[in-house]
Amino acid sequence: MSYNWNWPVFLQTVPSGETTYLGWLGVGLQWTVTLSLSAWVIALLVGGLIGVLRTVPSKPLSFLATCHVELFRNVPLLVQLFVWYFVAPELLPFGWGDAFKQMNPLSQQFLAAVLCLGLFTSARVAEQVRAGILSLPRGQQNAGLALGFTLPQTYRYVILPMAFRIVIPPLTSEFLNIFKNSAVATTIGLIELSRQAQQLVDYTAQPYEAFIAVTLLYMLINVTVMFLMRRLEKNVQVPGFIGGGK
Amino acid sequence: MNYDFDWSSIPGALPLLAKGMAVTLEITLTAIVIGILWGTVLAVARLSSNRTVAFLAAGYVNLFRSVPLVMVILWFYLIVPQLLKSIFGEGLSDIRFVSALVAFTLFEAAYYSEIIRAGIQSVSKGQVNAGLALGLTPGQTMRLIVLPQAFRNMVPLLLTQAIILFQDTSLVYVIGLADFFGTAQKIGDRDGRIVELLLFAGAVYFVLCFSLSQFVKRFHKRIGQ
Repeated sequence: MSYNWNWPVFLQTVPSGETTYLGWLGVGLQWTVTLSLSAWVIALLVGGLIGVLRTVPSKPLSFLATCHVELFRNVPLLVQLFVWYFVAPELLPFGWGDAFKQMNPLSQQFLAAVLCLGLFTSARVAEQVRAGILSLPRGQQNAGLALGFTLPQTYRYVILPMAFRIVIPPLTSEFLNIFKNSAVATTIGLIELSRQAQQLVDYTAQPYEAFIAVTLLYMLINVTVMFLMRRLEKNVQVPGFIGGGK
Repeated sequence: MNYDFDWSSIPGALPLLAKGMAVTLEITLTAIVIGILWGTVLAVARLSSNRTVAFLAAGYVNLFRSVPLVMVILWFYLIVPQLLKSIFGEGLSDIRFVSALVAFTLFEAAYYSEIIRAGIQSVSKGQVNAGLALGLTPGQTMRLIVLPQAFRNMVPLLLTQAIILFQDTSLVYVIGLADFFGTAQKIGDRDGRIVELLLFAGAVYFVLCFSLSQFVKRFHKRIGQ
């Protein structure tokens, strides 16, 4: 196999002239990070709520929460994305669907991808939060109730402050996954990293350079996230618990 | 909501969808079988006392686990045809299918190897010592004593990973391969019935994955006793 390596290709200007191919990679990186972080906010909020609801004594509430988890866990991410992008706008009430269709394409892609990725991940976050709550000794909840707290107060002051700290290490891997999963948004045309890799191949005919660069950028994201989460874990770890230090 | 559903294009599409499902299953099963074999090799290598071997295996696993599956599929779509051309010459028909098979197998092996490594480490050290004391070589101890016990503990996790893999095969969409999802999407586009076809595909995936995961859950409980 003879292949002409050409690393300086990244410094060439793109056909439209306003930036270099390296600039394209920068744009892709920005979209990947923006998309993943926005989706992560949704995943934490919705997943936290659903995870709590799965542990409450109310049957209807915990059933609804279970339905949420099973629905978002048992349909492939790609199918969910296409449903948000192609199906939801047709079915939404109150003219929301039409409003969606009138937005510019980039906003449409971004909105669909954020909702999809956020809710997809929320089901996984919910499972971790539920496991975190269930891992607490039963006595903590009883003690809260015995002190005269209502159930919501017990959750607010006793259970959740513990559970959210315990759950941070397992959430790290979900946080890493959301960055990787964001690559799926390439299928609806969002110009995130893996889309830029394909564009670079099309425009420069230097596939290996393009793919190696993008692969390295994904690894860089991974290492950065792991580093930050380690520091966060150290800051919030519960003394006396496994992995909680002294 | 004022969308007029029209499900009439689905019955006629069923044979094509079945063909797509066959592709999905072929990729899934191949990646499971070879992925577990290769994953076992990687796991044993990672636990090896030979530093270089362990380092290489760890590098492989970490590389694949830090890159999105979409990228890996595109990578192999790029590399495999070149390789096959240099081996067999031009004129291979469905390169996309082969490259998807290779991509999924090598990618899943990294994930399987982590499950298997945890399984091996969950077998108590005394078992290894007993094996060695009986005069078995380290290789024999691994093969005859540690791995059988490790695999029994791992079955639920391996099955759960298989369900994830089954869902992930839909990503071959990025190289235009007609698996179950790709077929549904194409038919939806052709008939202008993308809403119905996507909902149908989602429902099929849901029913299959939900029943399988319920089965795994029950199985997990049974062997837990």
